[in-house]
Amino acid sequence: MTTQTLHLTSAVSTSQPMAPYWAVVEEIAIEAPGVSTYWVRFSDPALLNSYRFSPGQFNILTMPGLGESAISISSSPEDTRRIGHTVRFVGNVTNAIGRLQVGDQIGVRGPFGTAWPMQKAVGQDIVIVAGGIGLPPLRSALYPIMNHRKNYGRVIVLYGARTPQDLQFTREYKQWEESGVELMVTVDRGDESWQGTVGVVPLLFYRLRLDPLKTIVMTCGPEIMIRFVIFEALARRITPDRIYVSMERNMRCGLGSCGHCQIGPYFVCKDGPVFTYEQLQPYFNVEEL
Amino acid sequence: MAEIRLETGTAVALPKSALPGLLANLTQMGYQVVGPQVKDNTIIYAPLSQAEDLPRGYVSEQKPGSYRLLYTGHENYFDITPGPHSWKMLFFPPRSQMVAFRRSEGSPSWEIEAAEETIPTYALFGVRPCELAAIQVQDRVFLREDFKDPIYRKRRQSSFIITVNCLHPCGTCFCASMGTGPEAKAGYDISLTELEDVFLVKTGSEAGRMVLSGLPWQPAGAFLIQTAQQEIEKARNNMGRTLPNPEELPKLLDNLNHPQFNDVSKRCLSCANCTQVCPTCFCWDVQDLNNLSGSSVQRERVWDSCFNPEYSYVFGGNSRPNTRSRYRQWITHKLAGWYQQFGTSGCVGCGRCITWCPVGIDITAEAAALREEAQS
Repeated sequence: MTTQTLHLTSAVSTSQPMAPYWAVVEEIAIEAPGVSTYWVRFSDPALLNSYRFSPGQFNILTMPGLGESAISISSSPEDTRRIGHTVRFVGNVTNAIGRLQVGDQIGVRGPFGTAWPMQKAVGQDIVIVAGGIGLPPLRSALYPIMNHRKNYGRVIVLYGARTPQDLQFTREYKQWEESGVELMVTVDRGDESWQGTVGVVPLLFYRLRLDPLKTIVMTCGPEIMIRFVIFEALARRITPDRIYVSMERNMRCGLGSCGHCQIGPYFVCKDGPVFTYEQLQPYFNVEEL
Repeated sequence: MAEIRLETGTAVALPKSALPGLLANLTQMGYQVVGPQVKDNTIIYAPLSQAEDLPRGYVSEQKPGSYRLLYTGHENYFDITPGPHSWKMLFFPPRSQMVAFRRSEGSPSWEIEAAEETIPTYALFGVRPCELAAIQVQDRVFLREDFKDPIYRKRRQSSFIITVNCLHPCGTCFCASMGTGPEAKAGYDISLTELEDVFLVKTGSEAGRMVLSGLPWQPAGAFLIQTAQQEIEKARNNMGRTLPNPEELPKLLDNLNHPQFNDVSKRCLSCANCTQVCPTCFCWDVQDLNNLSGSSVQRERVWDSCFNPEYSYVFGGNSRPNTRSRYRQWITHKLAGWYQQFGTSGCVGCGRCITWCPVGIDITAEAAALREEAQS
């Protein structure tokens, strides 16, 4: 087995592309009520050494007997010994993942899809805009940005959640800010202890002065939020080829084969999930596409 | 006979009485022959053991939402046009196992079970040119440069195709518009044109040449070749429907809020019939089948349809919540998006979706209406 998998860089078998590779849950970090990060390690030593992904890509996690779920990778691409998947427990498969414990087995296929424009962002100001469970795929971009902070101009993170309790990765905010990340957080509804901003994420743009010629926007979250993020970015003369959007659709295979995830002529799992707004422009504002 | 050499690509005449011999040769070469047969008042594709099983003497009358198989008593084997079955069921089976998991009782850890599968090498007997084109469309879908579907590849790579040129198109046919028929140009092992007493046979491959060995073929004379061409031209001018300039249809994606989508959504039942009979529709879903003790799981691939509500469901809602959005997805994917994805139209002009639509929605009429400037 080991000799056969020596040249793997991904956990996708050519002879059996729907067969997962086994991994073990090493750590479970509770991020918010109903949201946890599952740190997994591949059991096959060759795959453990060779597996690589780019920030913004996703894996498909398998629970035999229950099904699969496409989950974005939320950890750093520079450390693939443990891969972080931040999961919100909402369906059959994700709720079963929620019942896993450290040491349990899980199936992984991936990585799939396109990545955030890490090369294009070098020397640029980066505005990361996330809503709710849209933050994890952007966190995997944030790590390499912080690790190579000098390569980038300003790095701004705008993040919103429904309530203060729903904010994810809160224990890392201090470290992000110390690494030179301008973090602005907002919630839809505050509580008695909340002293921060209340309101929707796109409104945070009004606090920024951006140079449209050297700004790259990366956004992920509810589509309605993305729509207004694009609106605010365009209003600041940031061109559509500089606005990157990660889309969510029903995904089954990750291979651009099963057809479910189409938006217009695109397969989101293969041609996305990260698109430029330039690519999505003809389709993004068409309802129910 | 030994002194005449059969070259690939040459046309020969084969008497119809040699049909059993042709089937015997295919069987002897190890093929499982599958061909059209009459069942349940329609034409299905099933294992073919003898020439008598072919739908000799039948024709089909097809109109939007209507299919009638008629026995006319004529002597031809291949006057029928396709029924609801399509050949995709052989290469892309409606249900197939993708992976199997097993764990011993009480153990929390799963293992992947090696699949043992014997796949017959199929000989497809009586493939219409539009259907051959459909197979070539699915080749592009399942055998992409960057991803080769193993289930499809295993079944497709050793297959043998006997195509039969179409001389009697029916009311819902429009292959001439799509450039896929009524004559098959390439991609077959042998091609037949059925004339009065003989088949005009062309070989398209070495395997095709071998299948004819020992059969009483004669070099085809100019008269036969000319007669076959005339019949094909007659068929070309006798299509029930047209869909002009399909290469311009990617423009449908420029007008996704065309009022025609509202109109068709009032008629469409979202029943998914069109996607199940379509020879190119490729969408699939994944299902896990568990045994009762929870020790074994078969993960299967099943045909899916963009008309199913679950198809576009994600947590929090459905990105295509109504019939309008689902029909729009189907027709714009088929006629427009497919070009960008696979470099070809997804439609081959076979007319199945028109015939088998319970309310008779006609893809050619819808496309024509969608091309009209929106009146608002």
